[in-house]
Amino acid sequence: MSEPLLEVSHLKKYFPITKGLLNRTVGHVKAVDDISITLQPGETFGLVGESGSGKSTVGRTILRLTDKTAGEIKFKGLDIHSLSPSELRAIRPKMQLIFQDPYSSLNPRVRVGDAIGEALLDHGFASKGEVRDRVLDALVSCGLSSYHIDRFPHEFSGGQRQRIGIARALVLNPELIIADEPVSALDVSIQAQIINLFSKLQETRGLAYLFISHDLSVVEHLCSRIGVMYLGSMVETASRDELFRNPLHPYTKALLSAVPVPIPKFKRDRIVLKGDIPSPANPPSGCKFHTRCPYAVDICKEQIPEFREVGSQHYVACHLV
Amino acid sequence: MITTPNKLVNVKRTKDSPVKSSLFKQSIRKLSKNKLAVSGFVVVIFMFVACFIGPLFSPYTDNKINMAMMNKAPHLKHWLGTDALGRDVLTRVLQAGRISLTVGLASMMLSVFIGSLLGALAGYYRGIVDQIIMRIADLLLTIPSLPLLFIFGALLSEWKIPTDYRMYIVMLMLSFVGWPGLARMVRGQMLSLREREFMQAAVVLGLRDRRKLFNHLLPNIVPLLIVIATLNIGGSILSESVLSFFGLGVMPPTPTWGNMIDAANNMIDFQERPWLWIPPGFSIFATVIAINIFGDGLRDVLDPKQKR
Repeated sequence: MSEPLLEVSHLKKYFPITKGLLNRTVGHVKAVDDISITLQPGETFGLVGESGSGKSTVGRTILRLTDKTAGEIKFKGLDIHSLSPSELRAIRPKMQLIFQDPYSSLNPRVRVGDAIGEALLDHGFASKGEVRDRVLDALVSCGLSSYHIDRFPHEFSGGQRQRIGIARALVLNPELIIADEPVSALDVSIQAQIINLFSKLQETRGLAYLFISHDLSVVEHLCSRIGVMYLGSMVETASRDELFRNPLHPYTKALLSAVPVPIPKFKRDRIVLKGDIPSPANPPSGCKFHTRCPYAVDICKEQIPEFREVGSQHYVACHLV
Repeated sequence: MITTPNKLVNVKRTKDSPVKSSLFKQSIRKLSKNKLAVSGFVVVIFMFVACFIGPLFSPYTDNKINMAMMNKAPHLKHWLGTDALGRDVLTRVLQAGRISLTVGLASMMLSVFIGSLLGALAGYYRGIVDQIIMRIADLLLTIPSLPLLFIFGALLSEWKIPTDYRMYIVMLMLSFVGWPGLARMVRGQMLSLREREFMQAAVVLGLRDRRKLFNHLLPNIVPLLIVIATLNIGGSILSESVLSFFGLGVMPPTPTWGNMIDAANNMIDFQERPWLWIPPGFSIFATVIAINIFGDGLRDVLDPKQKR
């Protein structure tokens, strides 16, 4: 296999909990606790999990929007978190982010054309004369029209704004796009359009995606490999087909059983999890999932399960598998 | 705005609005619908035009002392009467307006400049820069501004500053007490803006600091600045008048609205010769009210948090 585009190994991100006048640190929220991801060029990795499982923090830490606590992030062989500011700036165009909320991710006082083109100017990728053509290309390839270029973001619908956000990332010719729940703020019909846009762009440009989502049907449609996160840790990683056909971790099974099926009289065994996701500031001992796991036995409370390979490229962290 | 599926409306709209829409033009259009704000604006413009052009048409601009025309009530030749030295009150009110409006405008510009620059620096760079700037601002804010101005004014008199220069020093004094509040507001805006998602997008895009500051952050605080600046002019005019009224601001013979109302300090003038103090008093009143009404209208249009 060729050199991976992105290699995240044993990434940890703890947020300190401070208290009192002197900001004493009284504990840590373990938002991301020992996550490893490998992404090949042109591949799509889906990161799923419920709210608060640390998916977005993984994405943000990879882009160095927040500092890591431990672990290593290598993008094209470069350790992102040890680059100098100027080196980081030089690599930034190669890894772009698409935001969840298309309303707050565009500056209301910057015209669409400027928002898309300014990074080209700042990085010296295009001269002032060329920028407009490049922006028009990006707009059109994202399904917008050329006359949109001089408008302000408030003149667009949510779906159109998300396309603007995609065009803004795309115009820099990135190799990796981290999409942080890019469709969860959109209507279902618009979701389909945006997802199709994602797959079209991948075909034409060979992009790699790290696709963060809580919507399993979206992930199934788009991703070649999927990682399931629970409370800051990866519980199962497998190829899409393997994961959907043969889920091994109880949490993955529960998630999959919750995906709606478009057959009205279809009956199946739903695995309904009891309770809420525990606090990441005080995670359960042993396997973090044991408090809600229907199959939990004594060993689960005591020992942290190892994240081990059980099939080809199929990893799972569970004592019972 | 309600969008109707009416085709006629749409056709018309695309015809008279150019493709390149502008937030500025939109704001102007919205503002022009607010009748109160427009009338405030008209009064302010009228005041400026009258004060800066009006005296050119007056035969009494030389301020000559005319013993024969002392303290005359308004009549045909002197529309607003004459003062104790026989000078035309109308001419002096207009000339005073020049000074008062200039002082108000200039000190506003200076304090907005200092305040927004320091506030932006504090909010953008945070840390030690923020601490130093904001502690100085806090210090100035703890001292009530009027006594502070009085002390400065008294010092000016003590040091025998020539009256010609006093006007400029009064401007400096007013902006000196005016900037901290503004810096605070701008800093707060910067702090909240820099956490917004579009600023994170700017980080991911790898934009330069300069572009982030001038193309992304500043355009978002300009509307707020315009509103504050407008409202500040009124405040500055008032403060200058107060100072001059107490004889600590701009000194006679240079007329300002403040030192003209000084006439009301004299019991006989106050009771018998209202034409000496009513015109400058009314000018201050009308100008400040008009500026505030206009400023409020601007706020409705430009400050998104106040929008319906």
